[in-house]
Amino acid sequence: MNGFSFRSLLRRPEMGSVLSLVLVVAFYVIIGHVDVGNLVGAASWLNFAANLGIVALPVGLLMIAGELDISIGSMIPAGSMTVAILSGYYELPIVVGILGALGFGVAVGLFNGYLATHTTVPSLIITLGSLVAVQGVVLSGSMLLTGAASVPLDAPDWAKTVFGHLIANKYQVIVFWWLGLTALFALFLHVSPWGNWVFALGGDETSARNAGIPTNRLKIMLFVMSSTAAAFVGMCGAIVFNSAQVSGGMNYIFNVIVSVVVGGVLLTGGFGSIIGIFFGAITFAIVNQGIYFTDIDRNWSNLIIGVMLIAAVLMNNTFRKMALAYAPRKKK
Amino acid sequence: MADQTPILELEHVDKSFGPIDVLMDINLKVHAGEVLCLLGDNGAGKSTLIKTLCGVFKPTAGKILMDGKDVRFNRPRDAQEMGISTVHQFGGTFALMSIGRSFFVGVEPTRGWGPFKIFDRAKANEIAVRAVRDFGITRIEDGDRLVGGLSGGERQSLAIARAVHFGARVLILDEPTAALGVKQASHVLRIINEAKRRGLAVIFITHQVMHAMAVGDHFAVLIRGAIAADFRRGEKTREEITDLMAGGETMADLEASIESYEDTHEGRPPPPAP
Ligand SMILES: Nc1ncnc2c1ncn2[C@@H]1O[C@H](COP(=O)(O)OP(=O)(O)OP(=O)(O)O)[C@@H](O)[C@H]1O
Ligand SMILES: [Mg+2]
Repeated sequence: MNGFSFRSLLRRPEMGSVLSLVLVVAFYVIIGHVDVGNLVGAASWLNFAANLGIVALPVGLLMIAGELDISIGSMIPAGSMTVAILSGYYELPIVVGILGALGFGVAVGLFNGYLATHTTVPSLIITLGSLVAVQGVVLSGSMLLTGAASVPLDAPDWAKTVFGHLIANKYQVIVFWWLGLTALFALFLHVSPWGNWVFALGGDETSARNAGIPTNRLKIMLFVMSSTAAAFVGMCGAIVFNSAQVSGGMNYIFNVIVSVVVGGVLLTGGFGSIIGIFFGAITFAIVNQGIYFTDIDRNWSNLIIGVMLIAAVLMNNTFRKMALAYAPRKKK
Repeated sequence: MADQTPILELEHVDKSFGPIDVLMDINLKVHAGEVLCLLGDNGAGKSTLIKTLCGVFKPTAGKILMDGKDVRFNRPRDAQEMGISTVHQFGGTFALMSIGRSFFVGVEPTRGWGPFKIFDRAKANEIAVRAVRDFGITRIEDGDRLVGGLSGGERQSLAIARAVHFGARVLILDEPTAALGVKQASHVLRIINEAKRRGLAVIFITHQVMHAMAVGDHFAVLIRGAIAADFRRGEKTREEITDLMAGGETMADLEASIESYEDTHEGRPPPPAP
C-alpha cells in the first residue's frame, strides 16, 4: 500500500516543486554549510515568498487557463503609487487609497481580459503593451500630480495591522494573506466546480466553449485577479515601508513565471496545481534569499536558479508523462 | 410522421463567414424518433450546419425552430439546456484532465449546499466510468486516469458517451465513427438506434455509406453548402447515395476516368490529386 501511494504522489503536478525544494535546501546545507535552524526561522525568504506567492497564484491560474500576464511587473508599483498618492500626498482616508489601488488593478485586468478575448493577439503581447503603458501612466501621473517619483505614506494603525506591519519586527503580515489566499485558490481550483472550467479552458478552449463554459467571462475574471493581486502586493508594500516608488516590480515578471513553472504548471496550459505554485514560490525564495545564509558567493544565485528551473521542468515533464501513462493494474 | 411538429427545423438558413458563403438556403426538419443522416463531401458545410444548430455559430439569415417555436441560441449552453447535445468532429475531451472531470466539463456534479458546493469527484468518476464501460471500453476502470493516456478511439467513445448521457432530446454526432474500431463503430450505430427508440432525434454525419444506410431514416446531402438531395430510407439505391456523397460526381465516372488513365499510362494508377 505504501508503494502504491508513493507512486500516486509522483503523478501529482506539484511533485517537481517539492523535490526541487528538497534538492535546493540539501544543496545549501551540504555545499553552502547553511544552519538549517537559522534558515527555517528567517524572515527574509518568507517575506519574499509571500509577496511573490500572492502574485504567482493568479498568474499560475492564468497559465493553467492557457494565458500569460506580464503586466504584473508594472501593476505592483502602480498599486503602491496609487495608495501613496491618494492617501499620502492628498491625505484622503486610507480606505480611498486602498480601493483606488485595487480598482486600478481591476481596470487593467478588465482591459487585458477584454483584449485577450476579443482579439486574436496573444496575451503575452497584450500584457506587454499594458505593462509598458501602465508604467508610463504611473510615472507621468506621479510627476504631474506630486512632482516626484517617490511618495511618502503614513497609514493609520488599523491599516498597518491588516496590510503592513512587521510581526516580531521581521515577519510581514502579508505572509498570512499569502497562506489564506493559497487556501482560497486551492479550494477554487481543486474543490469547486469552477476549477474544472479553468483546466478545460487551458486544455482545449474550443471544446470548453462548446461544452457550455463561458470561456470569455472566465478569462476576463482571471486577468482581473492577477492584476488586482499585483496591485494588492504593491499596496501592502507601500503601507509597510511608508513610501512608494514608481520603479521596481519588473523582477517580479521573471520571478513569478519561474515560480509558477517550477511549481509544475504547464506553460502551454491545462495542467498544474495550487500546492505546486505555493511550493514553487517557496523554492524560488529560498534559492534567492537563502544564498545569504551560505558561504557561497551570492553572485552564483542566478546560476542556481537557472539550473533549478531546468531541473524542475525536466522533473515536471517526467511526472506528467507518468500521470498520462498511468492505468491501474487489473485487480485479480 | 409528416403531421407531427419536428423537434428541430431550419428555415432558409444561410451562414457566411465574412465574404465566404458556407451555407445557402438550408431547409431541414428533424423529428423525434428519427435519424437524419447528413452526407456530403469534405468542405460541403456539414460541420458548419450542425454548429449553427447547437449554438456555436449564429445563422447569418433564416430561422431555427424548436417544437415549432422560433429559438435563438446565443451560446452552446443555450442549446444544451434545451436538450441538444453534440459531439463535434474534433476535440470534446481534454488530454490533461481526468476521465471523470473531462466527462462533466461545464455540467459538474456537486455536493454540499449553497456557496459551499464542491465538485463531487467520486460521483463524476463513477458515472463517467460506467458510461464508457457501457460503450464496450472495458479497459477503463479508474475515473482519475488522464484522458491523454487513452487511445484515439477510447477518447472518441468518451466524447460520445458524454453526449449520450446529456442528450435529452436531440443528439448530434459529427463523424463519430471516424476513429473507431469495428466493434466500437457498430456500438455507436447501436447507440443511435437506441436513442431513436427512446424518442430522441439524431443527426448523424458520416462518410461511410454502410453506416448511413444501417441507421438512417432520412438523408440530406449537402453539396457546396446547399441541400442537393433530401430523401427517405428506401427512396434511393446505395449507388445513388454513394454518388451524391461524392459531391454529385458519379462513382462510375470516377472509375471510368481512373481506367482511362491507366490505359494510357501503362496500367499505372493516376497520382493523387494535388
Ligand atoms: N470559421 C470559419 N471561417 C471561415 N470559413 C469556414 C469556417 N468554418 C468553416 N469554413 C469553411 O466552410 C466550408 C465548410 O466547412 P465544414 O467544416 O462545414 O465542412 P464539412 O462538410 O464538415 O467537411 P468535412 O467532411 O471535411 O468535415 C469549408 O470550405 C471551410 O473552409
Ligand atoms: Mg466536418
